[in-house]
Amino acid sequence: MFSNILIWFVVIPLLMLAGLALCRDIKQIRAVAVAGSIALVGLSVKLLVDYLAIRAAGNTDPMLFTGSWTWFAPLHINLAIGVDGISVAMILLSAIIVFAGSFASWTIPQPKAFFLWLILLSTGVFGFFISIDLFTMFMFYEVALIPMYLLIGVWGSGRKEYSAMKLTLMLMGGSAFLMLGLIGIYYHSAPAGQSLTWNILEIVRNNSISHGWQCFLFPMTFVGFGVLGAMFPFHTWSPDGHASAPTAVSMLHAGVLMKLGGYGCFRVAIYLMPHAANELAWIFLVLTGISVVYGAFSACVQTDLKYINAYSSVSHCGLVLFAILMLNTTAMTGAIMQMLSHGLMTALFFALIGMIYGRTHTRDIRAMGGLMKIMPYLSVCYVIAGMASLGLPGLSGFVAEMTIFVGSFQHADVFHRTFTIVACCSIVITAVYILRVVGKLLFGPVQDKHHLELTDATWWERLSTVTLILCVAAIGCFPNFFSNLIRFTFSPDIFAVLGMN
Amino acid sequence: MKQEIGLLVVFLLVFLYDTFMPQRAGKALPVVSTVLLLLATAAGFCSHCLGTATSTEAFAGMYATSPVVCAIKSILNIGAVIVLLQSISWSGSDHMAVRRGEFYELLLVTLFGMYLMISARHFLLFVIGLECASLPLAAMVAFDKRHYESHEAAVKYILTAVFSSAVFMMGISFVYGLAGSLYFGNIYAALSAGTHSLMLTLAVAFVIAGMGFKLSLVPFHLWTADVYQGAPTSVTSYLSVISKGAAAFSFLVILAQVFGSLYSDVWEWMLYALIILTITVGNLFAIRQTNMKRFLAFSSISQAGYIMLGIEAFNTMGLTAMMYYILVYIFSNLAAFGVIGAIERASGKVDMTDYRGLSKTNPRLAFSMMLAMFSLAGIPPFAGFFSKFFIFTGAINQGSVAIYVLVLIALINTIISLYYYLLVVKAMYISADEPVVGTFRSSISERLGLWITVGGVMLLGIASCVYTWIFDLGEISPLAAYFV
Repeated sequence: MFSNILIWFVVIPLLMLAGLALCRDIKQIRAVAVAGSIALVGLSVKLLVDYLAIRAAGNTDPMLFTGSWTWFAPLHINLAIGVDGISVAMILLSAIIVFAGSFASWTIPQPKAFFLWLILLSTGVFGFFISIDLFTMFMFYEVALIPMYLLIGVWGSGRKEYSAMKLTLMLMGGSAFLMLGLIGIYYHSAPAGQSLTWNILEIVRNNSISHGWQCFLFPMTFVGFGVLGAMFPFHTWSPDGHASAPTAVSMLHAGVLMKLGGYGCFRVAIYLMPHAANELAWIFLVLTGISVVYGAFSACVQTDLKYINAYSSVSHCGLVLFAILMLNTTAMTGAIMQMLSHGLMTALFFALIGMIYGRTHTRDIRAMGGLMKIMPYLSVCYVIAGMASLGLPGLSGFVAEMTIFVGSFQHADVFHRTFTIVACCSIVITAVYILRVVGKLLFGPVQDKHHLELTDATWWERLSTVTLILCVAAIGCFPNFFSNLIRFTFSPDIFAVLGMN
Repeated sequence: MKQEIGLLVVFLLVFLYDTFMPQRAGKALPVVSTVLLLLATAAGFCSHCLGTATSTEAFAGMYATSPVVCAIKSILNIGAVIVLLQSISWSGSDHMAVRRGEFYELLLVTLFGMYLMISARHFLLFVIGLECASLPLAAMVAFDKRHYESHEAAVKYILTAVFSSAVFMMGISFVYGLAGSLYFGNIYAALSAGTHSLMLTLAVAFVIAGMGFKLSLVPFHLWTADVYQGAPTSVTSYLSVISKGAAAFSFLVILAQVFGSLYSDVWEWMLYALIILTITVGNLFAIRQTNMKRFLAFSSISQAGYIMLGIEAFNTMGLTAMMYYILVYIFSNLAAFGVIGAIERASGKVDMTDYRGLSKTNPRLAFSMMLAMFSLAGIPPFAGFFSKFFIFTGAINQGSVAIYVLVLIALINTIISLYYYLLVVKAMYISADEPVVGTFRSSISERLGLWITVGGVMLLGIASCVYTWIFDLGEISPLAAYFV
């Protein structure tokens, strides 16, 4: 069992939890967190290299590194794991953000409990991305959700109790629909007479979910995951939750957890029920189209930095779901690129906001100004994050959004093209709110002369931000590497079923 | 039969010890009873492990047992041992000195009554078991004789118990009129051959109502909150898990072995409506509670609704999921009651507002409580998640569209329940006010009880062997023959 590299993505966080439980002071806690997150980054890089090597050798299985161990035999529940290009990319993203997040919460109060919950959350995230068994996947999904309540409730700021409760209940509400959808899939996972299964690959192979059931189960699972992907009208947890959460939690939540939604929509809803996806995609296209534009407009009128970024996340994550629903290879590649890009960029944003807030003790852009003179390092990073967000070529945002819109425009009908154009408008609106903040916050006159005494970034903050900026730039400069990593995944199954490319 | 004999032996030993040992030795009675019951439980388990738990009959077929029945008795035994363990500190106190023995004797008698309910295959024996399980409980509820609430609770309990028995027996008399026998097997044969009349529907409705009182299904739940609040905490925890678990299982036995042929015609829809009402009303009322015992009373009402899902499924998976659910529920709820009992004994506080800041003063108790709440709410990786998932899976196995709707309603209700369970977590961990309960050290028995229950909450789900064991028993259950 432990010879499989994927298992270690769950084992390392569990070891970290055990290690943290034994820690006595802040130095030991930092040591465990740093050692663990470095190990995770190292492991995910090794996974990437191995994965590419196996693919280069001509292996065309849909999933690599697969393994399956019986768990609940009577219900056919297995601990089944396996990865394809998308999962590898997501695991890499998660590892990087956990790494950056550990450094961003260097001076958090009550560090032991904080890191325990944070690592429990990342256990859920990694477990989710490596699972190909629906039950295990769902279990890890919920493991990742519940620590949010305490992380926001205890370490958050502002209306933290309200936000924590709202976020938890809305996400769990989504997972209630999801649970019904998954159980429904299980009971239709095999033709009559054969033994049922939770394994995604076997369900695809059996292809036995009837059209009618697909049309019932697809909305269940899509909405279930869509809540976490901040799909309109279920996005309202996101601004409150992100605004109240402590820095590292915002980073992890917007950077990784919201990707669970998009990944789940793709891996479960569309992958297993392509016919219903084809038929019902228009409903969700409308909803996600609203997310994209509405999120961007909302961001324009906010004055709290975290709210701006949270609404921007709604818009960008909406674009992920929007692209997935286009059901063609180019747009889906764009969707995955957008997940990576948004994950890194928004984590960078939240890290910077946390660092600025830690110094000025306000997040209101009306109360700040001229930060470029006061803390040039953080300000430059902020500009870079902003440029990535509005899609400057050379950074990740451009690559992702370009791919998405090219893919979406491949649909020749009026409906898809109209919505593509509408979604395209969000780029302009994004530029408005990013430049507004950059101009006001960084280049305007200094609003509060106490701010003149503030210091620039410390070494751990620099380490955290540099890591993220390098990754953002890497995607922007070498998009082919990532799109090749992802693209291979799309070729075989579902598009053959749908008879399209 | 061995388990009943074992329990009777334990009862007699406790009785003799209480009667003939000197006053000084009375202090040790709680420990003696706990250990004796633990031995009886272990013996019950050994018969499982050695494969000697077989299907047998006694008293001309009035009494029957099978591996599944033995297993459910063992599950109840485990719960009862934990309740006894948690009650040691309470019953060891001085004001209990003259009444200590009675508590244990009454408790063992009710457990014996529950055994009879589960094993009865004749309504006469069943009613004896039912009364045996109900009437002594009223005395136990009134045990805190210095508290007014305890008396009030006992009066409410005895009146409802007697009333529900009357309703139940009304149903039985109708059934006797229709079938001409009180043997489960004979009634089943007569009912599946005959035509359905209004009389039969009424009979089923009365039986369900009578059992509904025991299980505190809505709308028969009105006694629950007051009784749970007024009774001593050990009795409340016993009422909420053991009494409920036994009633749920015997309810399934009656519905399958007596009314099994009427599933789709008569009682499927009755139970369907009861489940929706029970889960929803229980949850909505729980939101407003501030007293922890009342709060858990309403929470246990809605949990009973989830347990009923296993009966509504009416298949082997439902049966096993229900047994597993009861087992997990025993551990989760007893963990919660363990914390409540410890805090009540140390400070006399039972209000949710008194739990504010508990994580700072008593981090371990707060942690145990949080895990109990997470498990009750069905959060992974704790056992409650698995039991909820399996009971939903079992229910949907029935296959109709209606059951999908029912499960969806139940799932939406889990979100409501998550809200109020999180309120407790919020009070303990998030509220910034000054802590109300000061740091204290709980007794050894309380700590041991919490270790066991919290360990169960953590492991019962992840360790799949527990569910597999129950499932394998369910496969060979004689009940399976009655399922549609």
